Amino acid sequence: MKLEGLDVFYGDFQALYGVSMEIPKGKIVSIIGANGSGKSTLLNTIMGVNRPKAGTIDFEGKDITRLRTSDIVALGVTISPEGSSVFEDMSIEENLLMGAYLPDPRKRRQENLARVYELFPVLKEKEQQLATFLSGGQRQMLAIARAIMSEPKLLICDEISLGLAPVVVKDIYRKIREINEMGVTILLVEQEVKRSLQSSDFSYVMVKGRVVMQGLSAALPETEVKDAYLGINKYA
Amino acid sequence: MDLFVSAVIQGVLLGGLFAIIGVGLSLVFGIMGLTNIAHGDIMILASFFIMVFSVQMGINLFVALAITIVVMVVIGAAMQKFLINRVITKGAEPALLVTFGISIIIQNILTLIFNADSRIIKGPFSDVNVVSTNWVSISAEYLMNCLVAVGVIIALSLVMKKTYLGRSIRAASSNVTAAEFMGVNTLKTYVYAMCIAVVTSCVAGLLVGQTFVFYPYSGTQYLIIAFGVVVIGGMGSIVGTLLGGLILGVSQLLGALFFGNGYMILIGYIVMLVLLTFRPRGLLSNMARK
Ligand SMILES: Nc1ncnc2c1ncn2[C@@H]1O[C@H](COP(=O)(O)OP(=O)(O)O)[C@@H](O)[C@H]1O
Ligand SMILES: [Mg+2]
Repeated sequence: MKLEGLDVFYGDFQALYGVSMEIPKGKIVSIIGANGSGKSTLLNTIMGVNRPKAGTIDFEGKDITRLRTSDIVALGVTISPEGSSVFEDMSIEENLLMGAYLPDPRKRRQENLARVYELFPVLKEKEQQLATFLSGGQRQMLAIARAIMSEPKLLICDEISLGLAPVVVKDIYRKIREINEMGVTILLVEQEVKRSLQSSDFSYVMVKGRVVMQGLSAALPETEVKDAYLGINKYA
Repeated sequence: MDLFVSAVIQGVLLGGLFAIIGVGLSLVFGIMGLTNIAHGDIMILASFFIMVFSVQMGINLFVALAITIVVMVVIGAAMQKFLINRVITKGAEPALLVTFGISIIIQNILTLIFNADSRIIKGPFSDVNVVSTNWVSISAEYLMNCLVAVGVIIALSLVMKKTYLGRSIRAASSNVTAAEFMGVNTLKTYVYAMCIAVVTSCVAGLLVGQTFVFYPYSGTQYLIIAFGVVVIGGMGSIVGTLLGGLILGVSQLLGALFFGNGYMILIGYIVMLVLLTFRPRGLLSNMARK
């Protein structure tokens, strides 16, 4: 996926300034940024929820900038949204089945169910419970599992570690790695610098709606990313 | 006592009919937050189609219903796709005005074609009693209405629970953006939901039309009944409409028994207001989050 020169506004307020990124197939890319730096805005723009005033979004050679959200999903781009937004009054199983709504994954929904239950056994245990009764960590797992049910080519995760216990986060990141090893491209969005750098191939740092730093995650010095992230000196 | 039992039984049966009058309104409200002002008129339009096909053209009543369903689904889908969907993303109020316009158009077209004469559909059970003892009598028509209505509502709630169509409608009612993230085109889902609502209204149109006389402008009166049912049962709850219909039907007939026929409708709505004081969102509302 290739983003080029995205400008996004909420009314008069400009949330993104010429954001360009590349998310290579099969890799894990992370976007690091403080609260309010425009990460979710960017993801929602990719998903067609926000419309950019300028710029283009290209997925596998196809311009998806003006497509309807459901059509973008149909091309293989899936998001585990911020705050998970599971379907509260549906059971775990029904939530997962909704993940396999599109025709192709729907045909393989039983295999896919078995696969995500293997990844997240706790969901299997609670299969018939309403999503509204899940804990925060379980909701995140459900949101990720639901996203995988659609057999995505690109899986976008918006702050999946937010408010979770460190052990749970570690566990979820291990699952993300496993999913990536199955061939799924991953775009991770986080506030935490260290974990983001450790768990991705390539990173972008965002400050106030702009990309201020980018590079191979292994090559980016953590302290400098932190400075940039905090908007210190030259990056402000 | 005999009269009391009789009123309760008739009220329950009438409640089933009320429930199917309301269920489409509830479904549409549940998914798009829209109070469809034309809901009653759509049902009466179906009654007129069935009347024309069966009474005037002599087609078998069930075939007439089937043709009516096909015609009405086309009308309903077009109405949703070309009128309501155009404005629904801008909020529920503009859409409400659109359905108000549709209501006026349906009433006027019906009046133009059929004048203001009263009509009735000749049903198979007119004037037959299944139970007729000294102390209670049950008309076959009321019993049939209730059974068909309950059957349709149960079938509908199974569709909502067990099929991808139903699940996608529930997902879109729960969270439009999240539903789109699943690949659900929520605008299309609205069209499907409206079509389902229209089918229930066609069945309701047959039941109502063979039980009571109707006029081109009768839709308004049934919209109010539907509204009562849905408000009592809980906006958006399919099973709630059964409860809402039951309560409205029984309270109307008991009201008529104790205070006289003139008070029937009034008592029904007083009960509704009292219930709403305690449960402002209705008895089985699933709209608590909104
Ligand atoms: N729906 C909205 N309407 C207006 N402003 C918004 C909206 N969503 C986000 N913003 C603003 O846009 C900026 C970026 O927000 P967001 O994309 O949520 O950041 P992040 O996900 O990095 O925390 C913030 O200043 C926020 O206040
Ligand atoms: Mg965010």
